[in-house]
Amino acid sequence: MNPSVDALRATFGNAIGRAAESCGDTIVYVRPDALLAVLGWLRDTPEHRYDYLVDVTAVEYRDRERSLEVVYFLRSLDRRADLRVKIELDPAGDLTVDSVVPLWRGADWLERETYDMFGITFKGHPDLRRILMWETYAEGYPLRKDFPLRGRFSRAEQVRQALAANPEAHYSMEELSIAEAYEELPPDMKERLRRGERGTLPHSE
Amino acid sequence: MSKRTIEFALATPGVDTQGRPTRVPLGTLEEPGLEGEHMLINIGPQHPATHGVLRLVVELDGETVVRVIPHVGYLHSGFEKLGEYRHYNQIIPLTDRTDYLSPMANNVGFALGAEQLMGIEITPRCTVLRVIACEMSRIISHMVWLGTTSIDLGAFTPFLWTFQERERIYNLQEMWTGARLTTSVTRVGGMMADIPDRFVEGLRHFTRTFPKTLAEVDRVLTRNAVWIGRTQGVGALTAAEAINHSLSGPMLRASGVPYDLRKDKPYLGYDTYDFDVVVGEHGDVYDRYLVRLEECTQSNRILEQALDRLPDGPINVSDPRLILPPKSRAMNDMEAMIYHFKQVMEGVKAPVGEAYVGIENPKGELGTYLVSDGTAKPVRWRIRPPSFINLSALPKMAEGHLLSDLIAINASVDIVMGEVDR
Repeated sequence: MNPSVDALRATFGNAIGRAAESCGDTIVYVRPDALLAVLGWLRDTPEHRYDYLVDVTAVEYRDRERSLEVVYFLRSLDRRADLRVKIELDPAGDLTVDSVVPLWRGADWLERETYDMFGITFKGHPDLRRILMWETYAEGYPLRKDFPLRGRFSRAEQVRQALAANPEAHYSMEELSIAEAYEELPPDMKERLRRGERGTLPHSE
Repeated sequence: MSKRTIEFALATPGVDTQGRPTRVPLGTLEEPGLEGEHMLINIGPQHPATHGVLRLVVELDGETVVRVIPHVGYLHSGFEKLGEYRHYNQIIPLTDRTDYLSPMANNVGFALGAEQLMGIEITPRCTVLRVIACEMSRIISHMVWLGTTSIDLGAFTPFLWTFQERERIYNLQEMWTGARLTTSVTRVGGMMADIPDRFVEGLRHFTRTFPKTLAEVDRVLTRNAVWIGRTQGVGALTAAEAINHSLSGPMLRASGVPYDLRKDKPYLGYDTYDFDVVVGEHGDVYDRYLVRLEECTQSNRILEQALDRLPDGPINVSDPRLILPPKSRAMNDMEAMIYHFKQVMEGVKAPVGEAYVGIENPKGELGTYLVSDGTAKPVRWRIRPPSFINLSALPKMAEGHLLSDLIAINASVDIVMGEVDR
């Protein structure tokens, strides 16, 4: 068992849940509200120095009773040590956790991908948009277990949406406002952009 | 010629407020502010310099990059979702198609993850064969990188040399697996096939002649004034920034962080090979080039050592529940047939638990994270995609550089969109 677990328990008390070992790796569960404090402490305390964030992802189990887990893979480059931190969320409840981008810039796209695939909202993320799926994708979150392998919509509906997609709308409003190009667009294109640009994301309904 | 004449000569015809024709001298016009308005440039998704279907929306001030907004996902295939519906051995063909420039290394990465999950010890011959597979992949991946990057920066000749070398490795891969790209060379607990006769001979010939090409590329590029001008000081990241952005592989080492999973978390017995971890100093495009070029030399050294020590023996573990019996036995032996049937129909069950194995892929740390609930299909198969994470530092690296430098920086990340989008 990784010695950092005992140090964590001594410092954070009951914010640290159970710890487990699997295939040689230590996994420690942390209460969601203590996540930022725990990860910041692990990163900055000299004897631990988990300065490298390997990966951020989430796991949903086939067993509906089990909670959805957000997994942080930490590594100390100096000490050559690994630690896996997990937080548990209720899949039916509010899927919100604090973003770790303030600690590691590398979490930026990883959290966006986790949001894209699982619908977990990372509070405080500077730019939480879908990343692999397109912005108007309305079928939900593909890696959730209730998401069918072939998508939620019928093949006919998927084809219809693909054909109706407006290729000009693929600049976001934010990007167009950079160049002040938006003002110069013809009115009909502005209207189409306005319609096609962000669509309705499932969580805003 | 007086100033007035010049102003008159340059004047443009116009009308005054009363509608009478007049000439407006240019000199009296207000000088336009040089800060000007920013321009929006779209690069990709179909653009030869984006190395795949990457799309960059670039905000430019004149020729200077103010901001880059990358758009990825054009090649998203849902591999991780597909993996949840497949047996462990059935996932291996999917790994070919993620980083398709180094398919064999991906196969090895996944097999190691699944073996750690199931607690399998592979045979000595299999270990060495996998090292050979990984290092061959590193060489072809770096060769493609070197060729395409030199083309991006205007040098055509190295492209021809490096692709010729890659072709030679591809011929060896084809000899071994029957496929050039979709190799699927590993199985959980062993290899799909042993190397054929004359493979060792062919690879030895390659390792003897390959350094000559590297020396030629080195002579043409390393001290080339144009190459240096285009790459030195471009897209530099300090060691602290590289760590903060979770970079891995040559990108991390070029910034001066001596971290190589082959040395620091050894797998496949890499700690018993004699090779150097190549580290850069400045973290710019030039150092990334030097690191990758030198890594090819080191890979070549590892290949030579692996060929020297290649032991005889079986390539698969001797567990009939894991490894398919030979076809002749499956047809003639009742017991073998039952094992064959169970493996094909039910798959190999993994114990409850989870495993993460990171291997040093050509592009960085390829992580395989497998979570099992005791069935033959993983609950979650996560690929830690090195080029996806390396690419996320692109906006940071390109800020304040010229548009043409953006191409060099993007090339230096060494992305492969199959893996970025998965």
